Amino acid sequence: MTELLLLALGASLVNNFVLSNFLGLCPFIGVSRRFEAAAGMALATLFVLTIASGLSFALWQWVLVPLHLEYLRTLVFILLIAGVVQFTEIMVRATSPLLHQLLGIFLPLITTNCAVLGVALLNVDRQHGLLESLVFGASAGAGFGLALLLFTALRERLDTADVPEAFRGAPVALVTAGLMALAFMGFAGLGAR
Amino acid sequence: MNPAALIVALLVAVALAVALGVALGWAASRIEPDSDSLVERIDALLPQTQCGQCLYPGCRPYAAAIASGEADIDRCPPGGDATVRALAALLDRAPRPVDPAFGAPKPAQVAWIDEEKCIGCARCLPACPVDAIIGASRHMHTVIAAQCTGCELCLPPCPVDCIELRPATATSLRYRQSRAA
Amino acid sequence: MAVRSTFPAGLALDAHKQQACGAPIIELPQPPRVALALDQGSGYSAEPVVAVGATVAIGTLVARANHPYASALHSPLAGTVAAIETRDAATEGGRSVCIVIESDGSGRIDHRVRQAEGAASLSPDELIQWLRDAGIAGLGGAGFPTATKLAAGRARGTQTLVLNGAECEPWICSDDALMRSAADEVVLGAILLRRAAGAERCVIAIEDDKPAAIAAVTHAIERQRNAAQGDHDQRDDELTLAVVPAVYPQGAERQLITTVAGIEIRSGSLPADAGVICQNVATAAAVARWATRGEPILSRVVTVTGSGVEHPCNVRAPIGTPLSALIAAAGGYRGTPLRLIAGGSMTGRALPSDEVGVTKAMNCVLVATREDIGSRLGAVEMPCIRCGDCANVCPVGLLPQQLHRAAVADAHDSLRELGVRDCIDCGLCDYVCPSQIPLADRFRDARRRLNEADAMAARAADARQRHETRTHRLLEAAAAEQQAFESVRNRVRQSGDDPAGGTG
Repeated sequence: MTELLLLALGASLVNNFVLSNFLGLCPFIGVSRRFEAAAGMALATLFVLTIASGLSFALWQWVLVPLHLEYLRTLVFILLIAGVVQFTEIMVRATSPLLHQLLGIFLPLITTNCAVLGVALLNVDRQHGLLESLVFGASAGAGFGLALLLFTALRERLDTADVPEAFRGAPVALVTAGLMALAFMGFAGLGAR
Repeated sequence: MNPAALIVALLVAVALAVALGVALGWAASRIEPDSDSLVERIDALLPQTQCGQCLYPGCRPYAAAIASGEADIDRCPPGGDATVRALAALLDRAPRPVDPAFGAPKPAQVAWIDEEKCIGCARCLPACPVDAIIGASRHMHTVIAAQCTGCELCLPPCPVDCIELRPATATSLRYRQSRAA
Repeated sequence: MAVRSTFPAGLALDAHKQQACGAPIIELPQPPRVALALDQGSGYSAEPVVAVGATVAIGTLVARANHPYASALHSPLAGTVAAIETRDAATEGGRSVCIVIESDGSGRIDHRVRQAEGAASLSPDELIQWLRDAGIAGLGGAGFPTATKLAAGRARGTQTLVLNGAECEPWICSDDALMRSAADEVVLGAILLRRAAGAERCVIAIEDDKPAAIAAVTHAIERQRNAAQGDHDQRDDELTLAVVPAVYPQGAERQLITTVAGIEIRSGSLPADAGVICQNVATAAAVARWATRGEPILSRVVTVTGSGVEHPCNVRAPIGTPLSALIAAAGGYRGTPLRLIAGGSMTGRALPSDEVGVTKAMNCVLVATREDIGSRLGAVEMPCIRCGDCANVCPVGLLPQQLHRAAVADAHDSLRELGVRDCIDCGLCDYVCPSQIPLADRFRDARRRLNEADAMAARAADARQRHETRTHRLLEAAAAEQQAFESVRNRVRQSGDDPAGGTG
């Protein structure tokens, strides 16, 4: 149990996928202008990460390894992730067309989010079991969502603030992201033995 | 490389792809996309003038066109720049001024029938999209100022050109809710 | 009975009251001409019931209130109606239709004024009707018709009547002077208002920086209790005095209710919803004058003060008296004043000239020089430095810093969430801002824009509803027509007379 908690802590805060490993930056910058959109993206990514994590472990453990097809893992994982993301898009279109419009191209781009593939491959590298894979995926998604929502809230505030002309838009956003990454460095060492 | 292993690898990959494709196709056919709520939210931001200057027959068709991506958000002159800004905020797009090709934004106006000239032909009554003209054949017609949206659709049918548009005043704009205290 | 202040924040301001409060109230003689504005401060106008040239006496009804938020007007002079015209007035916008009455010097009193009905024997509903007819309105600065407020309180059930003698705004001391000289009237008015409201208890609240007024009212309450001993109807054990801390804006209705009754009035609801009615002490005194002398509101006490008059003082002036007469009574101008302000230095409104007439809502005329208000004039607005002083003083507990940001960005959703509509416009955030940002103006503007947006949205919703109804009606008409056509066609076919022939 403690192991799982530490795993979760590590994936979400200590080694936050966006702010410590610098993966998944595309949606981080692209969907962080409106809170409604960011919340939708965070939930979608969490969903995809958890499902993909579990399914990729299952495929690895019960198809690829027995058939000695370990070298196919990148291809197979990407196929799987693409399928899960497409399914997520169908669900989003059915439940909230506004969110579908707001997210636009970024929803299918979760497929190319290196955090998702990264989690799947890391599960293999670190030889996680099924439960560990699921927890790892879910925590990675939670950490991604946390960073995304915090960043979005900051950007919404910056929109109405008196920012110098040269810094408006992306420049001040990137500076803010850098400062957030610095802040998250404060978690380093948490849960270490 | 062992050809059997190669075939197995190919089979696995293909099988996975086919399985995913079938599952997704089934899901897509069973789960209906919901577009109404987006159209509602867009329609709520439009001024409901029902004038047709956007080249759609009313505000709701225009909202549906925006939702489906068929029309851009800068086609509504009665809503003005404020409406374009609100739509841009909702759909997370760049704000811009109203496209002059669809008309120039005008200040709020209400129609007024000159009773000296009105002949009671009742041709303007069906033209009004919000039933703001009261009257009947061979009876005097008048515009209910509080209900008039200033859409100008009553002007063409009038055979004696007795309808003119006047700037809306605070009195004519005051919306009287029947349940207000 | 001292009460600890319980509304958040607020600020103790320099009172500037001692200048005007020393001397007794000067009774102004009848002026040669008065200009009665149809809008006496509530924002809604009465409608004239006399024509130009009509003869009027003191107390004659000259304008009727046809809207619950307007109050009736009575002539304070005996003479002739000289004109009904738009003039400079002490109302929002600076202009209003005014009834101008010229005095004929006779001092004739309208015969209806002499009847002092036995007010004690009237039922609460009759009392409210009499108050409405007498044009009694809030004399604390808002001019809201008292009868309307009391009726709303009765409809919802009132437990407490709070009499507002706080007078927290700097420079104003008309209520203080009134309480010192006419405390018995205030107490009698309190009793009548309590009965009209149907309240169980009445609390008179006075700030602790007015010891003379506190003493006067305390004695008046004692006298009233002694006089009422044995008369069960008149006895009024539930009339008490509360001494409240002198923190601005203690006299604001919602803040005073929080201090005295311990209730916080919820955003968007009225004090009446919480079972509390608040009335000003001057209003109570006016009610007492009507009860004892049958007089509708014909005059009020006004503080004439500021560094721009020679001898600041309080005067009792007939409604409609030009301000020049009041300033003359205060010894005339000293130097050239910068502004003529109706009200105090925090919430007062600048006036266009000294020819405007006294209104029921005018409790003070501040003849201000640069040393009184100059610090904010010509101030250059600087960027917000996020110091947070504004939030430290807001008596409603709002966040002016966030509101300012939302107001500048015209973000309506944020403005609503942050509670811009709860702002009581006290001006404290403006006062303390080190960057001299005109916060009160920004928020007033933001509220106006919000109201406009709401009005537009309501119109649009109505138009949408009508359009949908019409579309539905046309569809039904088309369907009915189609049905009628088909039934006729079927009938024709069945009878075999179908000219088109065939069996189709």
